Amino acid sequence: MKTYFYALADALQHQLKNDEQFTCWLAAEDSDFVRFNRGAIRQPGHVHQIYLSLKLINGLRHANSSTTLSGHLQTDHTALDKILADLRSQLPDLPEDPHLLISTGVNSTEHIVASRLPATDVIVNDILALANAYDFVGILAAGALYRGFANSYGQRNWHETSNFNLDWSLYQTRDKAVKTAYAGFDWDSTAFREKFHAATAQLENLKREPVTIKPGAYRAYLTPTALGEIISMLNWDGFSEKSLRTKQSSLRRMRDEGLELSAKLNLSENTAQGLAPGFQSEGFIKPERITLLDHGRLVNSMIAPRTAKEYDLTTNGSETLASLDIAAGELPLSQILAELGTGIYISNLWYLNFSDRANCRVTGMTRFATFWVENGVIKAPLNVMRFDDSLFRILGENLLALTNERELLIDNDSYGERSTHSARLPGALVKDFTFVL
Amino acid sequence: MFDSIRALFQRLSPAVDFCSLRLLDESSEQITVRQNVLQPLSTSVDRGAMVTVIHQGGYGYAATSDLSESGLRQAIKQAQAWAEASAGRAVTDYSRIALPRATGRYQSPNLSQPAQLSRKEIIDLLQAESATCHLDGRIVDWEASLWTIASDQLYLTADGGEVLQQFRYVMPNLAVTANAGADTQTRSFGGRGVCLQGDLSIFTHGGLLGSGQRLAEEALELLAAPNCPTGTMDLLLMPSQMMLQIHESIGHPLELDRILGDERNFAGTSFVSLDMFGHYQYGSELLNVSFDPTRPEQFASYQWDDDGSPAEKQFVIRNGLLERPLGGAISQARAGIEGVAASRASSWNRPPLDRMANLNIEPGSSALHDMIKSVERGVLMETNTSWSIDDSRNKFQFGCEYGRLIENGELKGVVKNPNYRGISATFWRNLKDVGDASTLEVMGTPFCGKAEPSQVIRVGHASPACLFEQVDVFGAEI
Repeated sequence: MKTYFYALADALQHQLKNDEQFTCWLAAEDSDFVRFNRGAIRQPGHVHQIYLSLKLINGLRHANSSTTLSGHLQTDHTALDKILADLRSQLPDLPEDPHLLISTGVNSTEHIVASRLPATDVIVNDILALANAYDFVGILAAGALYRGFANSYGQRNWHETSNFNLDWSLYQTRDKAVKTAYAGFDWDSTAFREKFHAATAQLENLKREPVTIKPGAYRAYLTPTALGEIISMLNWDGFSEKSLRTKQSSLRRMRDEGLELSAKLNLSENTAQGLAPGFQSEGFIKPERITLLDHGRLVNSMIAPRTAKEYDLTTNGSETLASLDIAAGELPLSQILAELGTGIYISNLWYLNFSDRANCRVTGMTRFATFWVENGVIKAPLNVMRFDDSLFRILGENLLALTNERELLIDNDSYGERSTHSARLPGALVKDFTFVL
Repeated sequence: MFDSIRALFQRLSPAVDFCSLRLLDESSEQITVRQNVLQPLSTSVDRGAMVTVIHQGGYGYAATSDLSESGLRQAIKQAQAWAEASAGRAVTDYSRIALPRATGRYQSPNLSQPAQLSRKEIIDLLQAESATCHLDGRIVDWEASLWTIASDQLYLTADGGEVLQQFRYVMPNLAVTANAGADTQTRSFGGRGVCLQGDLSIFTHGGLLGSGQRLAEEALELLAAPNCPTGTMDLLLMPSQMMLQIHESIGHPLELDRILGDERNFAGTSFVSLDMFGHYQYGSELLNVSFDPTRPEQFASYQWDDDGSPAEKQFVIRNGLLERPLGGAISQARAGIEGVAASRASSWNRPPLDRMANLNIEPGSSALHDMIKSVERGVLMETNTSWSIDDSRNKFQFGCEYGRLIENGELKGVVKNPNYRGISATFWRNLKDVGDASTLEVMGTPFCGKAEPSQVIRVGHASPACLFEQVDVFGAEI
């Protein structure tokens, strides 16, 4: 795929006229998707796709087009020649773009992790051997992912990996389940079996009669997965420089009024230790690490090239994080229940949205395995509850501790393409987590 | 291209129980002017095919952007391999499900008319509208845009079925944001819910042009307004919020694949169970909800779904009584219950599953002013801005851009940050009045997310204004 992409880029180079420049971005994958329900296969299939986005630039005028490609060099040369001609015809009608910023320094990179995966049906056999005795539901995604960048200045970047992501739930009753993920580059049947058995052991807690609590403020433990849902709200334009400038960011009061979160919170975009490519779609190389929250203070933002040009700043690649990192705290995993004492153990949160963005107030639901805990002992599963609380409080004065171990959460989103995003997060102990319904 | 693919498919179809090919050729263009500056012009061509094979009880698919003979040959081989691998290990015996052999053709309204505007003329109109938004320094951001999509889909079955459907989607949008201190308020043109099928008259005569200054004034008005009051009161929802209310708390819970459990790992399950159809009182007797893919201008109208089932209008809730789920041929066979032609895929690279399409509330008989007159104390809300609901689609909390107090039968002042929360199973029973046809608006969204692997799909919702009683309403903290 890399040779094919670079050959396409070289061919594009030869088609340029006069002062024209180009950038292009390739996103391709060969993916197996196997969907399960009730311990059986629901929909299995394969997707082979190649998308290429091409930007033609002449001075401050530019136009973009994306297209699907076949993977056959000659056929795709012809298709791209046609697209290039179409973009060229568009340029005279377009005004100059005052916010165009292109990367002219040549920074070529290459990151290739050769596939170590077995055939997908081998993985499916392992899964069904355990799953068919349970109410097992979920998705296996496996296969190769490719991202590439090229421009007319001669920069070439390539990112190629081959991984799997099994995201599944074991159901006990109607909406009570243990949700688990197993993802990586090497499928290990033994490791999967251990994870599966750990999940079945947790099912035991869900067999107890569920309880319903009254709305109010409760002490709570958020697993790394649940904390990830909370933090994802900050990544919804919160750290975006453009949103901060236009007063739409949920963190605008941190910049404008100096409001701070808990000093326990150190958050960064950690590209060096993430799974996403180290380059972005316009060819800018991402910094290895961008510290955004330093002991609870907002010290940086995410800045896309257009925003950098608009506000005379330096770009760091994007307005959103792809490799989120929160530093570990001091709470040992073995002490979580004891430190929680009496309260709620929240494994998963669901469907979060802002109810008051100025105050970073967020609402959402508990989901899957959430438990009522008394004196450090899990007593019963909790029926789903709606929370509505400000992250300025949850991650501010109400944040009691972060765990001293973290989990790597690999994003399993596959809207249009499999995600390369990830997050490395601790769990969080908080007080006065507010439920409303 | 369609002719060559048809010929290839006829030649390459394997000897299996069932085989289909769904070919999509979709081109789109997004033109956006932000703060009077044209944003990067974006056009795209998305072209690919999905082969589905059912054999010996198993099911498999393979999708490819390689439409050469070797590409299709490989896709057929992969789909067949997955069908064989899943045989005897699947959730159902797929070979026992009779999928239709459909033939025919469907087109969006006015599809054959030539384009009425050049790209430059569209840019100029958006620039002119953008220029009307910046009333003063409190307007901190504004954006006008037009997204158009031409989507042609050919569906072939190995037994001779052939359906060609050609869709043209038009999505104009405009949003204006005002700020004072920590308070930021946005007003948008229908909450990005003006999504229709047809030609560019939707853009030129659909209300966006000329709305910039009004929306900017309303955003400034919100800055000066008090917060929405807190309490239990009447709630009058306009169509730009009703579309979300229908979508989240009727549409998703009635999806048959959710009820069958397919979505429990991601999108969620449903508080509705199979035994409730036919006798469960979903809402008050004023509630009439239809699955209607026949309204030509609506966003998700079509004549066949992506399994080839013919689409027709069906009531899913009549006089408040739950009648049928939103489920296509495969889910209907699995559940043993009649549904609707709602098996849909977001694109060529994702398999079809149960989706909403157009889900509408039928108009009632009340004029808007009579609905307002009947309210002693309440809030009118319009244009969704926040949405959250549990995985059984029961406990919800929604927020809107714009509210108006209603006191003693009269509309009063504007209130900002209006929110409300409730429980689907009881909320619809508190429906106490439904607006007449003059209050109805046809809306939609291109962003309904669901499924593993993930899909976003286009859905339509037409609704009149609706009045609910005994709703928990609240505002923001400042």
